[in-house]
Order: sequence, then C-alpha cells, then structure tokens
Amino acid sequence: MSTLTLAKALNEGMRKAMEDDPKVLIMGEDVGKLGGVFRVTDGLQKDFGEQRVIDTPLAESGIIGTAIGLALRGYRPVCEIQFDGFVFPAADQIITQLAKMPLRSLGKVRLPVVVRIPCGGGIGAVEHHSESPEAYFTHTAGLRVVACSNPADAYTMIQQAIRCDDPVVFFEPKRRYWEKAEVDTSAAPAGWPPFDQAQVVRPGTDLTVLAYGPMVKTCLEAAAAAEEDGRSLEVVDLRSLNPLDVARVTESVRKTGRCIVVHEAPVYNGFGAEVAARVTETCFYNLEAPVLRVGGPSTPYPPSRLEDHYLPDLDRVLEAVDRAFAF
Amino acid sequence: MTADAPHGAEAPPELVQLLTPEGERVEHPDYDIDLTPEEIRGLYRDLVLVRRVDLEAVALQRQGELGIWASLLGQEAAQIGSGRALAETDMAFPTYREHGVAWCRGVDPVNLLGLFRGVNHGGWDPAEHNFHLYTIVIGSQTLHAVGYAMGVQRDSAEAATIVYFGDGATSQGDVNESFIWASVFNAPVVFFCQNNQWAISEPLEKQSRIPLYRRASGFGFPGVRVDGNDVFACLAVTRKALADARSGQGPMLIEAFTYRMGAHTTSDDPTRYRVAGELEAWKLKDPIERVRAYMFKNQLADQEFFDAIDAEADDLGRDVRKRCLALPDPEPLAIFDHVYAEPHRLMDEERAQFAAYLEGFEG
Ligand SMILES: Cc1ncc(C[n+]2csc(CCOP(=O)(O)OP(=O)(O)O)c2C)c(N)n1
Ligand SMILES: [Mg+2]
Repeated sequence: MSTLTLAKALNEGMRKAMEDDPKVLIMGEDVGKLGGVFRVTDGLQKDFGEQRVIDTPLAESGIIGTAIGLALRGYRPVCEIQFDGFVFPAADQIITQLAKMPLRSLGKVRLPVVVRIPCGGGIGAVEHHSESPEAYFTHTAGLRVVACSNPADAYTMIQQAIRCDDPVVFFEPKRRYWEKAEVDTSAAPAGWPPFDQAQVVRPGTDLTVLAYGPMVKTCLEAAAAAEEDGRSLEVVDLRSLNPLDVARVTESVRKTGRCIVVHEAPVYNGFGAEVAARVTETCFYNLEAPVLRVGGPSTPYPPSRLEDHYLPDLDRVLEAVDRAFAF
Repeated sequence: MTADAPHGAEAPPELVQLLTPEGERVEHPDYDIDLTPEEIRGLYRDLVLVRRVDLEAVALQRQGELGIWASLLGQEAAQIGSGRALAETDMAFPTYREHGVAWCRGVDPVNLLGLFRGVNHGGWDPAEHNFHLYTIVIGSQTLHAVGYAMGVQRDSAEAATIVYFGDGATSQGDVNESFIWASVFNAPVVFFCQNNQWAISEPLEKQSRIPLYRRASGFGFPGVRVDGNDVFACLAVTRKALADARSGQGPMLIEAFTYRMGAHTTSDDPTRYRVAGELEAWKLKDPIERVRAYMFKNQLADQEFFDAIDAEADDLGRDVRKRCLALPDPEPLAIFDHVYAEPHRLMDEERAQFAAYLEGFEG
C-alpha cells in the first residue's frame, strides 16, 4: 500500500505498463521534460527516453493520427490531450479513423490507443479548460469510454486501458488530480475489477446515485449528508460509460426503486439521458419515481467566477434526491 | 525553369521526365533509370491490366453492380511507377483511387470492388501486402503513414513508407500536420501527391498559388515534380526517394503531374465544370501510349506481345467481373462484428435482440 495522489497513481500505472511492455509509448504536448501540464507523465521521459515518451508538435489531429500509424506498426500509444476543450482538432481522427479502422479491416487491424483527457471544471480556468465532452465519444461506436474517480482506480484502470486491444478514451477528473488515497500497487492484475465494470462505492437502500469521474466524490458527500436525514443512498461509480454496466446499475435500482444520475456535462443530451432511458427500461416496475438527471445547465461552460453555480454540488444532488422522494 | 533558379546556373527542368509523350527517351541530370526490356514489358503489362480492371469496374457500376467507382484513368503511370518502386517491406497508404498501387502490392482487385459494391469497407489485412486500407476521409492517411514511419524508426528497420493523396488533399490540415511531423522527426516517409488537376469540380488554383511540390521547402524537406504520365520517371523518382528515406535522409514530397481523364467518380459529371478540349490535350500525353510507342520504336516487343497482353487483360476483366458478381451480401448480423476487438456487452446485447427480431419473420 502506498498513499498516492490521483495524478501520481496514473503516473505509476503508466510506468508499470511501460515496464511490462516495451511497445507502450507516451505522446502528447509537453509530456516529456515538463511531465505534462498536470505532471501526470512526470519523470517518464527521463527513465524511458525520448523514443518512448514523445513531445509532439502542437497539433492534436497529428497526435491521434500518428498514434494510429504507430499502433499499425505494433505500438501501444498513450496520448495525452492537454485539456478537454482541445480534443476537437483530434475529433476527426478519433471518430473517423481510430473508432472505425478495426471494423474497416474486418478485425484484422487492432488499434490499442489510449486517449487520455483531463476533464471537468472546478479549477478556476479560462474557457476550454473545464469541459466534459464524454457524450461525443460515448456516441461513437468503436471506442471504449471510461472515467476514473479515485487514485486506486486510476492506477488499475489506466493499465487495463493500455492493455486493451480496443481504442479507449480515458477521462481523468482534473480537479481530483491532487487528492490522495491508499493504492495497493502490489495486488495482482487478475484480482482487479474489469475496467468496464461499475462499482458500488457506498451501499444503501433507498435511492441509487449513479456518477462517474469528478462527481463521484460529490455524490459520496451527498450520501453522507443524506444519511443524517435518515436516507440511505447507494452510490455507484459507473467507471465505464461505453459499455455501460447495465447489469450492476439495474441490480442497484431494482433494490432501491429510485435513481438519479449525476454528471458535470450539460443535462440535455448528456450521458445521463442514456442511463435514464436504460434504467427506465430495465427497472420500470421497480421505480417509485422517474430517473432524474443532475448536471450542468445546457449552456456553454461559464466563466470561472460562475462555475460554482454551474457545477453540480452537494446541494444540487440532495435537491434531486428530495424530488425523487417527493414523487 | 523554377522561378527561384540560381542566376546563371542551368537549373534542372521543373518537370522530371524520362519518356516524352511521343515515346522518346530523354535524360535528366538528377534522375535516370536503367530498365531491362523484360522490366519495360512488365511495366507495360501492369499499365494495361490496371486500366482494364478500371474499365470493368466502371461498367459494373453502370450495370448497377457497384454503388460507385473512383476511376484511375489517366493516372496509371503515376501509380504503377511508384508502386513498382516499393520494396516488399515498404508500407503504402492509399486514398480510394490507388487501384494501380494495390495491383503492384498484390491485392486482389475483387477486394477493391467489394468496397465499392458495399459488401464491406475494405476488409483486407494491411499487413498481408503492406498496403493499408483505402481511406476516404481526405488526407487522414498521411498522419497514419507518418506514425507508421515513426514506428519503423523505433524498430530500427530499413523500410520506407509511402503515402498517396490528391491535389485537393494538400489543403487539409492533416496533410500539413503530417508534413510537420515527418520533418521534425525525420520520418522515413515519401509523400506521393497525384496532382490530377482536379478535386471533384475544383481546379488546382482553388488549392494553391504555388506549384505543390514547392510546398515541401517550407516544411524543410525536398520536393520534386515528376511527369505523372511517365512511368519511367515516376519509377526513378520514387525509387530514389524511398532509398533516401530508408537510409535515414528523411521525407520527400513527390508531385506527380497528371490528369484525371475520367469523372471524379461514376456519380460525377465533369461536363459541368471543365471543357472537353482539356481532356483532348491530355489524351496526347497518355501514360500507356508513350510506352507502347517507345517499345515499338526500340523493338522491345512485337505485335504478338501486345496482342497477348490485350488478351490477358480481357481475361482479367472477365475474371474480376465474375468474382465480383459472386460476392455474397454479408449476413445482417455482421453489422455487429468487428466493431470491437474484445468482448463488448452492448454489441452482444444488440446482436441478440436483432437476431430475435429477425427470427420473428421466419416460419
Ligand atoms: C474530409 C473530406 N471532405 C470531403 C470529401 C468528399 N470528397 C471526396 S473526394 C474529394 C476530392 C478530392 O480531391 P483530390 O484530393 O485532388 O483527390 P482526387 O479525387 O482528385 O484523386 C472530395 C471533396 C471527403 N472524402 N473527405
Ligand atoms: Mg485531384
């Protein structure tokens, strides 16, 4: 066991993956000497060299496009997109090539490329540095989309993503990068939960809260507060958005009969809409209330002086809980 | 002459040409080639056969057997010349029009037809013939090629990568990014631009104010313009560029100056945007006729040889047609196959649902 920040857990996970497999490469803007703007790749270039930790030209389409070429040659590139709002120049390569080339080849081509995206708000940043673009990617067949919420998951999930033969879009909750927790770096990978599996992070009986990435912690705090009001919330960390772990979600909601889904991204057409529709289908006769969604307003991300109003917080989650119980 | 030729010095001609449209061999100070009669006959055969497959494909489309076809008519020399320059371990990244290069790499033409018939999106194994899948998004494959070449560097292998794209593609961000990447990483990649003068209806002037090959200098690597209808020149120039790439001298841009003699695709109507006289002028520079004239003049082949190639071409056309018509439509549930390499529960769930739905119609 060691105490690691989420950023360091990712770093250790990547380091382990690079030690285990010489084909694993890191690439992105400023990932080398600087160690990335969030220091997630700190020290990797020093230890693995410039051939494996590549400071790229400043062009996101180029990062993903050349990563695809490297994967075609047998490499396993892990690409860093510096901030969520800058993934769009790469969107074409991700959506038209990375996601579809394996199918285009009828399975002969595999593209084990990981696209790491620090996501979400809460850090007082300027425009384009606080977004949650996951729904663009969950809507794209051929991609796996996952989000880690804590250091222990960060450590295992990044390694599982790298080992996966499918392309993985890997969301990292940037405002949680510096939060610490115990991480068991000695546990055998065979014992890790599969990275496409949801986890119950707080058991409860009265209402299921579904969340992922930065919102998991918020929801855990809300659940603690709700307990004082005598309500037992079960918090499920979805972890994988594509595929969604419908079975675990269903199991929880059938038990509690109520469900809210929480994310930072705008509610309208957000990932929560997919979750709500699924839960309605699988749990219709168990539901005491409609599935409610909590998320950002359906607006662009606001200037940072307003972000506390934009981001779902403990009170917004609890307000939705109240509404669910009021039905 | 290039506009920026050093004063007083005799600059090499802007267009590398080794065989004139009339079939005369000419010298070029920087490029030459020494081909045996056997090799020349081989190139002629390639040119004729790929034109024949192309013709058959257009006919198949007209008869409703292909959804669409992108003809290579007029670009045979650019594709065969560059394609035959490749070593087995070199890797080629095509657009959707590189049927001649596919031929050189040993890809079955029926695979290409399957894509345009709508049986699949390609489906061949790029590693089998070192010929990547057709890419339809303009310019995307240039980055894949550079990434691949960076992999070659990391493997310390002696192989080059060649990537094909059109004149229109040179305006794409990805192509420009790929130039930058190749340059700063000194990647062993040859950029082979077939300037066929048109990007659907848009003439070259809509893409560039300068000759395309000169773009390379701004990125820090050499560029050359070759007569794209001269199979000897295309072979010589590409061979040299590939050898340079393999020996660590970095990227090069080749602009093959050619002409799209047909429509952009079978869905296109070029009479709406270009004058017939243009085609007539380019017909005089036909890539096949000049080789034929050269061979006749130099007695490299007799009538019997040419007749035999024509007969082989007809056989190939018939064979390709027959096998194209025999391509079965995939099973409906194939929609769910190969979307992911590893098990994916959403695919499994939807496949099962769809199967049950289809079963409802049976019996
Ligand atoms: C990104 C993108 N935009 C538009 C198209 C539609 N399109 C297909 S071919 C083409 C013209 C391409 O011209 P060029 O690069 O010169 O190649 P050519 O077809 O002449 O071989 C266009 C606009 C496309 N396939 N991809
Ligand atoms: Mg063109």
